[in-house]
Amino acid sequence: MDPVQAPGVYQGAANVIAAVMLLIEFGMLRQALARDQVRLYMAQSALISVLAVVIAADRNLPDLYALAALSAALKVVAVPLVLRRLLSGTGGGEEEPLGAGEEPLGVAGSHTLSPASAVLTGIVLAAFGFFCFGAMGIKGPAAPATALAIAGAMVLVAFGLMIVRRDVASQAIGFFSLENAISLAALVVAAGLPLILETAFLFDLLVAVVVFAMLIRTHHSRAESLSTADLTRLRG
Amino acid sequence: VIAVVLALLIVPLAAGIICAVRPARSARAASAVTVAAGVACFALVLALVPATAHRDLNYLSYLRVDAVSAIFLLATGFLYAAVAVYAVGYTKRHEELYARRFYAGLNLFAWSMLAAPLMSSLALLWIAVEVTTIISALLVAIEALSTEEGDHAAEAAWKYVLIASAGLSLALLATVLAYFAGSQVLGEHYNLAIQPLIQAGAHLPHTPVRLAFLLALLGYGTKVGLFPVHTWLPDAHSEAPTPVSALLSGSLLAVSFYAILRFYQVAAATLGSGFPRDALLAFGVASLLLAALYVFGQRDIKRLLAYSSVEHMGILAIGVSFGAPVALAGVMLHVLAHAAAKGNAFMGAGVFTVKFGSKEISALRGGLDALPWSGPLFLLAVFALSAMPPSGIFRSEFQIVYGGLGSGNYAAAAVLVVLITVAFFGLTASATRMLFTPAPRPLNRSEPSIWMVIPVVAGVAVLFILGLHPPAELTGLIYRAVAQLGAAR
Repeated sequence: MDPVQAPGVYQGAANVIAAVMLLIEFGMLRQALARDQVRLYMAQSALISVLAVVIAADRNLPDLYALAALSAALKVVAVPLVLRRLLSGTGGGEEEPLGAGEEPLGVAGSHTLSPASAVLTGIVLAAFGFFCFGAMGIKGPAAPATALAIAGAMVLVAFGLMIVRRDVASQAIGFFSLENAISLAALVVAAGLPLILETAFLFDLLVAVVVFAMLIRTHHSRAESLSTADLTRLRG
Repeated sequence: VIAVVLALLIVPLAAGIICAVRPARSARAASAVTVAAGVACFALVLALVPATAHRDLNYLSYLRVDAVSAIFLLATGFLYAAVAVYAVGYTKRHEELYARRFYAGLNLFAWSMLAAPLMSSLALLWIAVEVTTIISALLVAIEALSTEEGDHAAEAAWKYVLIASAGLSLALLATVLAYFAGSQVLGEHYNLAIQPLIQAGAHLPHTPVRLAFLLALLGYGTKVGLFPVHTWLPDAHSEAPTPVSALLSGSLLAVSFYAILRFYQVAAATLGSGFPRDALLAFGVASLLLAALYVFGQRDIKRLLAYSSVEHMGILAIGVSFGAPVALAGVMLHVLAHAAAKGNAFMGAGVFTVKFGSKEISALRGGLDALPWSGPLFLLAVFALSAMPPSGIFRSEFQIVYGGLGSGNYAAAAVLVVLITVAFFGLTASATRMLFTPAPRPLNRSEPSIWMVIPVVAGVAVLFILGLHPPAELTGLIYRAVAQLGAAR
């Protein structure tokens, strides 16, 4: 029987960062305001860049320093900026005084489940994802299996976030955090992917953010709300 | 030939940029540019056929054209040219701003769909497919973005971009896992090129490849419209402008299926063909069953055709699952024939909606009397979609069923025949009501625009050619594509 070995610095750091990212995902699931979800998304994205730097240093992959910088510029600065401008334009980020019978605009008080039930559902999803990915035993010399399993858990929780919220802003943030989960998986199992491809992925994300923003603005201008409650006209 | 490949990437992109950045010129100029670009791209794709029927073309590390990709390029090239011509008549009724945005988006959409099969790497393929989503989502929403109307279009676009992007996130995870599997054999710094991955298939670790294939099937399957991740499709197809609906159905779904085929090749080379075939069969039968049931009772003509697309994507998946060379040849032919038939059906439906001012099937009556050309052409398109001989779809579905029976998949082949027959009744029942039931009030017997008829006539010609006597070059291309798909087994 093999003795249990403590993880190295890189593996330990990757696992810790992955675990914190998952906790942040739960924070987004729990958070009531879209504005606060954006803050959590920024923190989660910053951790991705930190992980890229750790991997770059540990495995001598200088490309990853550039990737970390690009990722930070895009996900920590540009995407949150777009989302905040969008939310301020739609009233979604602010706690505005509401009139009688008026529903809060863009406020992530759009749970289909109560916050407690949403978090419990998230825990079930995370456990399912973690054990499924963990049981597959996908690991290599440079791929911490625990971090990959946590990425799998994050993917499912991000899907949960998109499903349990009934406003377009939270659904978009859920999608962006899903992309963070994939980035985490990519960093732990595909760190050597050529920089040009990683850059293309990021550029693609930027374009997607712009399109999401356009559609959110269009939705808001028509529905005068960020709620998806009225998106039920197309059926069958 | 490199010039042809590069021109395929440059021409539609340049056309899109010209339409976008020179808005001072009229919509008429944008339509002329689009027609020229569409016809040029179809000619360029045709020029690639003789070369790719005999050898694979590799350029600049990131571009590759083989027989499989050439088939999908042909489908997109033809449909791009057809809808470019059709759009001349379609946009006459729209505002200048709408038309210019429409033409810019149409060219960029075609560019992204032509780019996807040209990519040599799974990573770049994913990026190209994601770009198709982004551009087509804007096209679906164009009515909401350009006019005061379009609440339905805004809803459809949101559902489409969210569901398709989430699906493509799974496809990205599949791509990451494919890279991980490949890096175990090819080293860490390879660029996810498809061909080396297939060649190294026997040595790749099984679990990541199995998981990657399932995630790719689910992820790209979202874009293909496979059950149960098809839910965006009827909404987007019904609310998009008609030329875009034709491209979405005839080309975009096929391009996404092309991505699945590439993962299938890798999975079959690594795991053997049993597992990927079983997975494709399950998704294919479920999609076909759903579509066969949902075509009954549809009230919107474009939603009806959208469910027909789900049906045909299910047929493609089942055809690949049979694995027999004749079935794979049927699948390749089906990609081309479905592009022509579904393009025709959507373009015909577009003429009906312009003429009658409604998409509701109950409001579309007396089509044969009111539309001297489009009425019969729509009937032919529906018959072609229903696999009536001598259309190309009859030939392709016959090959798929024959391949299924020949490979011992009797139950699946029987299910396929039964469900196709059910869908046939659903589709033709609606179409015959539209065409043969007299209109409640007399309408002028005229066509809205000759531009909306010409490409449909061309599509009928293509369907007859594919059904009666496919050109020798095309047959050679299909044989080579089958060998490439079969070689991975």
